[in-house]
Amino acid sequence: MADKVWVYIDQFDGEAIPSSWELFGAASKLANEMGGGVTAVVAGADVQQVAELAVHYGADQVYVCNDETLKEFRAEPYASVLSGLASEQQPEVILFPTTSRGRELAAMVAVDLKTGVLPDVTNLEIQDGKVLATRPVYGGKLISKVVCNAQPQLITLRGRAFSPPAADSTKTGQVDPVAASVAEDEIKTKVSGYTESQKGVSLNDAAVIVSGGRGVSNNPSLEPPAGLDESEVEIWRAQEGFKLVGELASVLNAAVGASRAAVDAGYILYEHQVGQTGKVVSPDLYIACGISGAIQHQAGMRTSKVIVAINKDPEAPIFKMARFGVVGDLFEILPPLTESLKARLNS
Amino acid sequence: MKIVVCVKQVPDTAAKVVVENGQVTWGDAPLVINPWDEYAVETALLQEEEHGGEVTVISVGGEDAKEALKHALAMGCGNAILVSDPSLKNADSLVTSQVLAAAIQKIGDVDVVFFGKQAIDGDVGVTAAQTARVLGWPSLTLVSEITELDPGSKTISVERSVEEGRQVVSGQLPAVVSVVKDIGEPRYPSFMGIRKASRAEIPMWSIAEVGVEVSEPVVEWPDLFNPPKQEVVTEIVSGGSPQETAETLAEKIIEEKVL
Repeated sequence: MADKVWVYIDQFDGEAIPSSWELFGAASKLANEMGGGVTAVVAGADVQQVAELAVHYGADQVYVCNDETLKEFRAEPYASVLSGLASEQQPEVILFPTTSRGRELAAMVAVDLKTGVLPDVTNLEIQDGKVLATRPVYGGKLISKVVCNAQPQLITLRGRAFSPPAADSTKTGQVDPVAASVAEDEIKTKVSGYTESQKGVSLNDAAVIVSGGRGVSNNPSLEPPAGLDESEVEIWRAQEGFKLVGELASVLNAAVGASRAAVDAGYILYEHQVGQTGKVVSPDLYIACGISGAIQHQAGMRTSKVIVAINKDPEAPIFKMARFGVVGDLFEILPPLTESLKARLNS
Repeated sequence: MKIVVCVKQVPDTAAKVVVENGQVTWGDAPLVINPWDEYAVETALLQEEEHGGEVTVISVGGEDAKEALKHALAMGCGNAILVSDPSLKNADSLVTSQVLAAAIQKIGDVDVVFFGKQAIDGDVGVTAAQTARVLGWPSLTLVSEITELDPGSKTISVERSVEEGRQVVSGQLPAVVSVVKDIGEPRYPSFMGIRKASRAEIPMWSIAEVGVEVSEPVVEWPDLFNPPKQEVVTEIVSGGSPQETAETLAEKIIEEKVL
């Protein structure tokens, strides 16, 4: 008898994305109420060890698909593997991590199996045998409860909204290989690699985020190199400012975030943007440096556990939501703050 | 080259969206074209400028979605179509993508379809991939740069902005592309564009006219509410010098046990 609750393990380059393990706590809770165990699915070119790890995290059964066509992520062949398995085994729920891949896969499987997707969910309950999911909408300005009246219910869980169970290497489970279902010559895309590969901690997984705003370019005591025009000077100043943000982030093993204003001004790549038109995050600690806190930015970080704001303007709206505020110059505060936290964390 | 852009009408990002008596309201804030979709319109127009052809903008929605279409027309799109039908009132993303796919087929000979990354109301962000899947076309989502698009050889190369960096992908046309902000700042509508758009008669297609059998919507929203107020007591940390302030702040952060 196939399990009713499935989890999809997202991986990159043969390593599971950490938020995949967060699915297992939620999945076993659902399985307790719905009956049966938890089945995991993982696909890639060389993911046998991910499948074995999934057993340690609580999978009773793992379907593992190893195939050269799945070496680089392409949504189409991945979706076909998952849709094929699910239409055969008829699970009631499939959980995905809310990564770019998890969301796109859920979207395509929903088309294949004529069902619904509930993305970026922060809480799950069972009501009348169905999953009632909680998810923020309008960039976190409102919260909705949603249900999917078809099966499988495809649900992507927001990173860090659910805690991962502890891995237990004594656990055992069944690992079953499955074949890929689409041949290379039927796949209409080719991946040739990655550029500007992201270094450091990703915003989605980060327990701590240090963000910079427009204020990072406001250090009057810096003397820019000669020969830059006005806009180049501004970018140079901003990059110097983001260096301080980055140094604090690296001491705290944190991800670097940014406000929309900083991204729009060209200070930092869009990938770092936190807010309604960027990433919505909820770390344990969010340190906002030189960010005034427009409503769009608040929407993206308001659920952070502890917010610290450093801003020169005492009227900045960010202070209203901060647990701790420093009215001051981030260029004066950040270097000693970094040193002091480093010393305390090392002791 | 035949280009389609799909857009949605949403409350402005600066709007204070709240639930009052079970209804979502945003005061007197305007409804606007979904900000992500402006990037899609911009991308479509740049491709049209480079390769020639025409850009058609489509929306699925009520009468009020015409404003989003008019904005796209004012930016420079040639045609607009509103797919509107009473049966679509509770459409979920699957239904919407089936309708869009059918409308794209009805337009015919389309080379590329552009979407914004997601709509800022529902934040679902799956319609582009779903439309691609319904059509059986490659799905190139989260695209930050189109490095090459050749309508002659029917190929496209892009960079997709994903967690690990920029994935370099090439694919066959026709394709569905969703774009993110790095694709380029959307242009402002020109004065002439606004005049032309305000006079435009936007054709409305019903479900019957699109000729599609759509699924029953399966996603329901039984409840919508305001987030619980977070009671924050802000403590302003200060000291005799930046050094002292920083020390105190560091101590307080450590005391919160979040590191």
